Amino acid sequence: MSVLFEPTPDGAERYLDWIVSGLCWTLLLALGAWTIALVIGTLVGVARTLRGGILPRLGRVYVETFRNIPLLVQMFFWYFVLPELLPVRIGMAIKQMDPPWGSFIPALICLGLFTAARIGEQVRAGLQALPPGQIQAASALGFSPGGTYRLILLPQAFRIILPTLTNEFMTIFKNTSVALTIGLVELTATAREINENTFRTFEAFGVVTIVYLVIALIAWQVMYRIERAVQLPSLVSGRARP
Amino acid sequence: MTVDLAALANALPFLLKGLWFTLQITLVGVSGGIVFGSLLAIARLSQSRLLSTLATAYVNLMRSIPLILVIFWVFFLVPWAIGWMTASGRPVAVGASLTIFVTFVLFEAAYYAEIVRAGFRSISPGQYAACDALGLSKFHAYTYILFPQAIRNVLPILLTQTIVLFQDTSLVYVISATDLLGAATKIAQRDGRLVEMYLTVGVIYFVFCFAASQFVKQLQGRLAYGAR
Amino acid sequence: MIEIDNVSKSYGAFQVLKNCSASIADGEVVVICGPSGSGKSTLIKTVNGLETIDSGQINVSGFRLAPDVTNVAALRRSVGMVFQSFELFPHLTVLSNVTIAQIKVLKRSRAAAEEKALTLLARVGLSGHTTKYPAQLSGGQQQRVAIARALALDPKVMLFDEPTSALDPEMVNEVLDVMTGLARQGMTMVCVTHEMGFARSVANRVLFMDDGEIVETADAVKFFDAPQSERAKAFLAKILRH
Repeated sequence: MSVLFEPTPDGAERYLDWIVSGLCWTLLLALGAWTIALVIGTLVGVARTLRGGILPRLGRVYVETFRNIPLLVQMFFWYFVLPELLPVRIGMAIKQMDPPWGSFIPALICLGLFTAARIGEQVRAGLQALPPGQIQAASALGFSPGGTYRLILLPQAFRIILPTLTNEFMTIFKNTSVALTIGLVELTATAREINENTFRTFEAFGVVTIVYLVIALIAWQVMYRIERAVQLPSLVSGRARP
Repeated sequence: MTVDLAALANALPFLLKGLWFTLQITLVGVSGGIVFGSLLAIARLSQSRLLSTLATAYVNLMRSIPLILVIFWVFFLVPWAIGWMTASGRPVAVGASLTIFVTFVLFEAAYYAEIVRAGFRSISPGQYAACDALGLSKFHAYTYILFPQAIRNVLPILLTQTIVLFQDTSLVYVISATDLLGAATKIAQRDGRLVEMYLTVGVIYFVFCFAASQFVKQLQGRLAYGAR
Repeated sequence: MIEIDNVSKSYGAFQVLKNCSASIADGEVVVICGPSGSGKSTLIKTVNGLETIDSGQINVSGFRLAPDVTNVAALRRSVGMVFQSFELFPHLTVLSNVTIAQIKVLKRSRAAAEEKALTLLARVGLSGHTTKYPAQLSGGQQQRVAIARALALDPKVMLFDEPTSALDPEMVNEVLDVMTGLARQGMTMVCVTHEMGFARSVANRVLFMDDGEIVETADAVKFFDAPQSERAKAFLAKILRH
């Protein structure tokens, strides 16, 4: 692992600094996309459980679109295709964004919307697992639909789906690596660059692998603690018991 | 911006070639992945501490790192590994296809292993006792009673993972392989037809995956054991 | 036929069987009863090796079971077991359920196995259901198939672990009738059951267990009319109130 401490070609830094930089981009992208995904995913999940109107249909279209196209293809769409489809002035403005933001912003939007579709499905599943009586009870107490969802249904649904959300959280860190194809120098790209510069393949990829393992471990721990903190005895094992 | 249909028609043969490679990777990945994954799942249930620990470590490792990283690992290291094994002292060039097939089997097996393991856990524990009581050997019990039930219980999830695999194949882009996306990219760069190519590829993937996921939904309905 | 000699077993710190001894003759029908947690199920499962023992030994028709004996495959051919939860194989037809062990364990030909299976299924009253799947049968029917499945291996002893406890009341009798028929034909049977009517009319002897020990052994009729031990009296008082 000594390669970490050797100087980079431009003499200005050491490879360790590259790794730190790559890690920062990975974390920034993952956490930013996760936030977007939670907000939009919740809205989509709720929309799909509504009865009647156009919202459930829109939700379905959204989910099916983003789930049936590979993440990489979606990345290319946001980075290469969208600027071409927009009015010329906006398209030019996007293309002239400085790197790395020119790569980061499309990656953020792409990963956020992609993950939102998956979270949307999980939220829908969680809401549908609740006993129908909950909505009736909330109605009887005079809750508005918004209030019902916000205060009664969603808190329970999220507890039910915490295990699958944990899985999704760990997946988003892995998916950030796809952004290297549009030029974002995140962690995996950094490994490739170090390898190209030093030809110390095993060390370069080895260090990055270990970093991903540590990220996975920490992410899992965080979600585990959240799970323990919000656990309700009756909702353990994901099924509401009378 | 106009869509040039003639150019699309020209590109079709090359795209189909790419699609064929994508399907090949998917097929190899599924069959190899399920076989290796099932072995991993059984290893995790085994009595031998060593075997179950190794299997668990492998599954957890593969599931914690990105596929792109694994592609790079195998791509860069397999030539060295083979060189070392054949004592030639230098990296031996290996075809990109073989590297890709190996990568996907190794990677997806970890995911299939978790699914198969969930399948085994969904079997009522009494089934193991019933097999024992009838005197069925472990091999017979797993082959005829336990494994069929495990797979049947998780068949929809197995198929969904296969759809994910089909989408994952696009990542071989990072080593410039010519799968569906790779073919489209090469045409796009040669002809300057980025938008048409990527939109076309998007549509092709969508059609395949949507149809497959609808099929899985139908299957889920029919797989219930038909209780009265 | 069966000699249980000073058998003890513990799960960690909890001793579930304490120096149990009993002797069951050829053709005898013995009922084991007692409160929950008394170790009845565990004891019966030691007889076919599904549970190991920590000390003592068991002799089943010449086959010796002891803490050091690990290979019990041969024993399973002469001891049949019927479970509380039936445990039929849900992915096989009724006929296949009864033939599979004959073919794989006893190496009978498919034709011979099917012939035997059809005979036994007729005996338990299920001739018309051979191509059905377990999920299509009622609980009572499934249990009768389970009995046929165990009988198909021509065992010398049949063990029943609470065979009717999971059945709706109206189906209990159809299973007890089959068991009664078996007893009349001279099968050696050991039954863990709460069905006192069955025990009284069909069993030769009753073993009363409490807290891991065999507290009392008596002829069936004598046990119900005049239990000797205080614990047996208390137990019978509780359950015979209905």
